Amino acid sequence: MRSRWWLILMLIVVAIALPWCFYDWTHHRHAGFLISMLSQMGMMVILALSYNMLLGQAGLFSLCHATFFGIGGYATVHLLNAAGSGDFPLPMEVMPLFAGLTGLALAILFGSMATKQRATAFAMITLGIGELMATSALMFHHFFGGEGGVTTNRMIDNSLFGLSYASGLQVYYLILVWTVIATALMYYLTLTPLGRMANATRDNFERAQFIGYDPRMVRFLQFALSGFFAGIGGGLYAITYEIVTFDALAAPLSANALLMAYIGGTTVFGGPILGAILITLLQSGVSLLSNSWLVYVGVMFIAMVIFAPTGLAGIIKAHDPIRQAGRLGSLVVPYLRLAIPSLSLVLGFVGVAELMSFLTIGAAQGRKLVLFGGPIDVHATLPWAISAGALLVGGLWLRFEAAGFHRVWESLTTEARR
Amino acid sequence: MTALSLRDVRKNFGATEIIRGVTLDIAPGERHCIIGPNGAGKTTCFNLISGRFPITSGEILLNGERIDTLPPHRINRMGLSRSFQITSIFHRLSVFENLRCALLWSRGYRYSFWSPLWRQRALNEAAEGLLEELNLGTRRNVLAGLLSYAEQRALEVGMTIAGGATVVLLDEPTAGMSNTETDYAMALIRRVTQGKTLLMVEHDMKVVFDLADTITVLVYGQVIASGPPAEVRGSRAVQEAYLGALDG
Amino acid sequence: METVLISVLNGLVYGMLLFMLASGLTLIFSMMGVLNFAHASIYMLGAYLAFTASQFLGFFPALIIAPVVCGLIGAAIEIWGLRRVHHNGHIAELLFTFGLVFIIQRLVQMTWGMLPMAYRVPPVLDFPLFSLYGVNFPAYRAFMLLVSGAMLLGTWLLLKKTRVGLIIQAALTHPNMVSALGHNVPRVFTIVFAGGCLLAGLAGVIGGNYQTTEPGMADSMGPIVFVVVVFGGLGSLAGCVVASIIMGMIQTFAVVIDYSISDILRPLGVVFTGDTLFTEILTVPVARIGALLPFVMMVTILFFRPRGLLGTRDT
Repeated sequence: MRSRWWLILMLIVVAIALPWCFYDWTHHRHAGFLISMLSQMGMMVILALSYNMLLGQAGLFSLCHATFFGIGGYATVHLLNAAGSGDFPLPMEVMPLFAGLTGLALAILFGSMATKQRATAFAMITLGIGELMATSALMFHHFFGGEGGVTTNRMIDNSLFGLSYASGLQVYYLILVWTVIATALMYYLTLTPLGRMANATRDNFERAQFIGYDPRMVRFLQFALSGFFAGIGGGLYAITYEIVTFDALAAPLSANALLMAYIGGTTVFGGPILGAILITLLQSGVSLLSNSWLVYVGVMFIAMVIFAPTGLAGIIKAHDPIRQAGRLGSLVVPYLRLAIPSLSLVLGFVGVAELMSFLTIGAAQGRKLVLFGGPIDVHATLPWAISAGALLVGGLWLRFEAAGFHRVWESLTTEARR
Repeated sequence: MTALSLRDVRKNFGATEIIRGVTLDIAPGERHCIIGPNGAGKTTCFNLISGRFPITSGEILLNGERIDTLPPHRINRMGLSRSFQITSIFHRLSVFENLRCALLWSRGYRYSFWSPLWRQRALNEAAEGLLEELNLGTRRNVLAGLLSYAEQRALEVGMTIAGGATVVLLDEPTAGMSNTETDYAMALIRRVTQGKTLLMVEHDMKVVFDLADTITVLVYGQVIASGPPAEVRGSRAVQEAYLGALDG
Repeated sequence: METVLISVLNGLVYGMLLFMLASGLTLIFSMMGVLNFAHASIYMLGAYLAFTASQFLGFFPALIIAPVVCGLIGAAIEIWGLRRVHHNGHIAELLFTFGLVFIIQRLVQMTWGMLPMAYRVPPVLDFPLFSLYGVNFPAYRAFMLLVSGAMLLGTWLLLKKTRVGLIIQAALTHPNMVSALGHNVPRVFTIVFAGGCLLAGLAGVIGGNYQTTEPGMADSMGPIVFVVVVFGGLGSLAGCVVASIIMGMIQTFAVVIDYSISDILRPLGVVFTGDTLFTEILTVPVARIGALLPFVMMVTILFFRPRGLLGTRDT
């Protein structure tokens, strides 16, 4: 338990200090790219965690989560404009709270309809709601600004701490503070009767009824609160980018929330945090290098659904009994034996995907494929042969090694249980 | 006033009448067993009483009040609780958490999202007490889904009575248990249902005749006999329905 | 008047196209409880495959090849993917088909590129069938009606007159019972899933040149098909037909209506002043709101009647 608190503290310290590690001392400039990415991470952590309140904690598969994020964003741009023009002076630091309240209000409205249904009907009604809102945002000029969205200026000269928020760094710290607050509150929620009953309702709808709870009410409240937190994220988004368009409520963002929460791990509270950080990192980095970023994400996602439904955090947690028994060292060699064929498999897959995408998309864009520093001719057979070979060999070898790894794992866990 | 009454209850599933006019009165504190061949409608009766399915016609009264139109959670709040034939627990929560959740509503916690559970001393003590009573103390932090079958059944019974229900319905609590496990489970059930009204579906005749004050025999959705064990044992109709299964 | 008649015909064509897609989805959903998010992606795949096949072999062979390939792909997905996640629970299945959307989308883009394909109506069918009030009704649309009508008939015959069909019908409303009766339910599942994908592929073949064949087609058709399935109701193909035609009509007519809600209310003396979101919604012509209508319908029906128009099971 205590180790967990140290981990959290360390994470926060790193988050505060990171911009300064990349500070350009000669030109007195912050690394804009880094700050931008860290800011994005903060917002995504809130989005993913609030999504997991539904998926992981309450067993609700929602497809309209971005709706509440987006509405928080839209509300905030309007509030910023009002604050800037003097109509409604509100300190910057409090804006996300109001964004959250907007998300809450909309979540109460939609939640009252959606949570009356079970599983798949719930998913469908949220799909309808999500599409409805996104299409409306594109269509209507009032409040949503139509296709162009709504812009604002965050120089509203109104702050509780006298900050101007002119620099990206200040905005980042605002995001960090709100991320920590939101995360703490969401964690706290899991310790309350509602939080526990959400878990219980997820596990067994009927049993929850027979201990006196109306499961629909539990779900409704959980849905409403998750909308509150998503709204906070949207508010931070508005402050950072100073523009909100229908993208902030559209299906791809909802899908993103799902991806981050699931890949990070829905069964552990911190899972979505891990997922958000990882996916934002990959998105910022890999998408610059490759057109096929979405294929990798899709494959990773499906692989997780089939082989590792507990996500990355779940996998890490599964090591707990072995770690407590002090036998973690015995896994080093088995992991290495897995790593090599896995590497071959991944590189082979990346190779084939990149080659294919280059053949059709990249060539049309007039780019040259550069892999590992050397230009590669997509029409020659050698690169294809190498990639396909690596893919096949890696795959077969991995299957073989996986069986062996599984045996070691089983024996270690049974030993640790005793 | 009876604890639980069924008045000419009927249930149709489509064109088939499963329950055909069941009338039953159960006195407070009574230990009442329902027996009958498979498909007689015993579990369906439970489902109707506990509000899982709506009845087609008739009335069900709990302590004099009608409950046949109420949703399950409302019936539960009025003091009726049930266990399930197929173990129904929160498999991803620990044993302790399961019991604590079962205690929440009756202790007034409702849908609170502001009071942290670890601070609620009386609640936690009650949950610990229940844990000891069920003899699951050593399994406190184990995920309920990982318990052995008998342990899960014990947990289920514990969750059923945790909320302080006065009328307890147990659906085949000893199903799938060995003789020792059955004796153990029955001792537990006897202990925790002291002073409560107990309605139980059972197939194990030894258990039934040991425990019951009253036995009702249900065949094809109808009551063919109801009364003290000796009377039921001697009933011609019952013997015909069971043909020898009453020995022992 | 002309507009109404033409719109009715067009609405029927579009509605039947929707039906082809929605029927497969409804069958899969009703039987296996799995909402196949990737259904529209298979539709897209069918269109692209048909394009390539028709380039080498001509349109009519493509009409047969593309759906069959889609069916085989569907079988593969079911056997090696869906079946494995089945034991992880309902949500895992949903997530799996959800993930497929990304993969198929990108695979299509990688194989065929990002630009729309020049998938044209085959010349032999590219002539006006008849002329109504000066507007031509293309023969290809009649062909589409023919194919979708034949598909409807074929599916009906299969379900009502064959043994496999009987089992599928039973499994539509009582899957557990069918399993309890000893039928090889996994194999039936594979057949249904493959069949559903085959239908989607067929829809893609004929829909691909009615609409544009481009990587975004799945995204635009997908949500509408879900609405149709929900609206028509689970376990009911008849409901699916009705819902598809209604949806087709609504979408076709909406585009033509230049009035807005406030225009309808004005003769009644109701006038809206002010410049708010509310008045904007009411004064925008229906033609522009058209895209919203399906979702409003879906949310409404799920709220009031969760089992849809003619459904036999709750969603």
